[in-house]
Amino acid sequence: MNSKTVNYFEASARTRITCLVDTDSFAEICPPHFRHTSPHLARLNAPVAFDDGVIVGRATVAGHSVLIASQEGKFNGGAVGEVHGAKLRGLMERALDERPVAVLLLVDSGGVRLHEANAGLIAISELMRAVLRTQAAGIPVFALIGGSCGAFGGMGIVSRLCAEVVISEQGRLGLSGPEVIETVKGVEEFDSRDRALVWRITGGKLRRAQGEATHLVDEDVHSFRSKTAQLLGAYAEEKLKPAGLAGLTEIQRQLAERTESYAEARDGRIIFQVSGFTDLEAVALMPIDAFNRQLGEAL
Amino acid sequence: MEQFVMIFTSTGRLTTSPTPRVCGVVSSGNLEVLVESGDAENSCRIDVSTPAEGFRDIWKAVLNDFVERQPVGGLHVTINDAGATPAVVSLRLDQAIDAFRSERP
Repeated sequence: MNSKTVNYFEASARTRITCLVDTDSFAEICPPHFRHTSPHLARLNAPVAFDDGVIVGRATVAGHSVLIASQEGKFNGGAVGEVHGAKLRGLMERALDERPVAVLLLVDSGGVRLHEANAGLIAISELMRAVLRTQAAGIPVFALIGGSCGAFGGMGIVSRLCAEVVISEQGRLGLSGPEVIETVKGVEEFDSRDRALVWRITGGKLRRAQGEATHLVDEDVHSFRSKTAQLLGAYAEEKLKPAGLAGLTEIQRQLAERTESYAEARDGRIIFQVSGFTDLEAVALMPIDAFNRQLGEAL
Repeated sequence: MEQFVMIFTSTGRLTTSPTPRVCGVVSSGNLEVLVESGDAENSCRIDVSTPAEGFRDIWKAVLNDFVERQPVGGLHVTINDAGATPAVVSLRLDQAIDAFRSERP
């Protein structure tokens, strides 16, 4: 498959892996014929998937060893159940033994799988801890976000724990999703059907301008691959390192500051303005490289 | 959920015997198909799990066509359905056999 012609948003979780890694380098852990399916879904009489909606394994990207996980957003919204979460956490723990250059999380998830209640919540909290432990051991975790479900709920938090967040314009990142906010607070608070608003608040460009995402890339899988390869090179040569405790404390302080300075902001527009974009109507139509150039000059 | 197993006689066999392959995604109107080597040489075992109850005759017709169309002797096919139409089921089954034939994932 030619990764330049494959759209990341439309691709399945398996296709994303195939296009992202070096040809024939992927070896799946817990493959579908092991049938590690969800016991909770079976009990609820709901359809199960052989991989419980996440594919994990090892591969190389531009020659660099990685462990990789890819969530299938089309299976129950990529939601994290007990088995799904255990596969992700197990991958993080494996990283401590195998010491790859990085762990890649291809996030496409609305968060916890509510059918599995506490088991799903526990799985997410275990995953958070595992991500932090892996990074404390010097192995960075990259979140790649560009699927239809974005990265929300617990997976939004997990993504923000990652050393790098690579996002496309279509990608979305947040805690409560637009529909959840509308249901709880009313349509006056957040109209989830207003697509422009949803992307101005949670979309890739806004998240990049805020610094929530570290890199903004084009929609094709090739763009995700080349950015990932470039970052892997930098981490392999130790030009970049995951933040230690002191680094995380500093980030926490900056976030607290940011919360105060944007306390009155009701819309993503103000963030673009502060980031140096003068023509706010043009931001949405701006090509990715022009957007990145503009941001580079402003920051 | 309705679950059943159908066993078909099929003398046609694939020449290669590669690793198990999965095709498709369990999402509304779609299904996933897992193809792997089975136990009996001249038959094909198909396990179906579907949320749409009461369509066993249609499944039988669609799977019969598949077995006649493809060399599936000695294979074990497992289906996790999420309400796919017969046309989609036929398409995924053929795709899964194609994937099983090829060396690459």
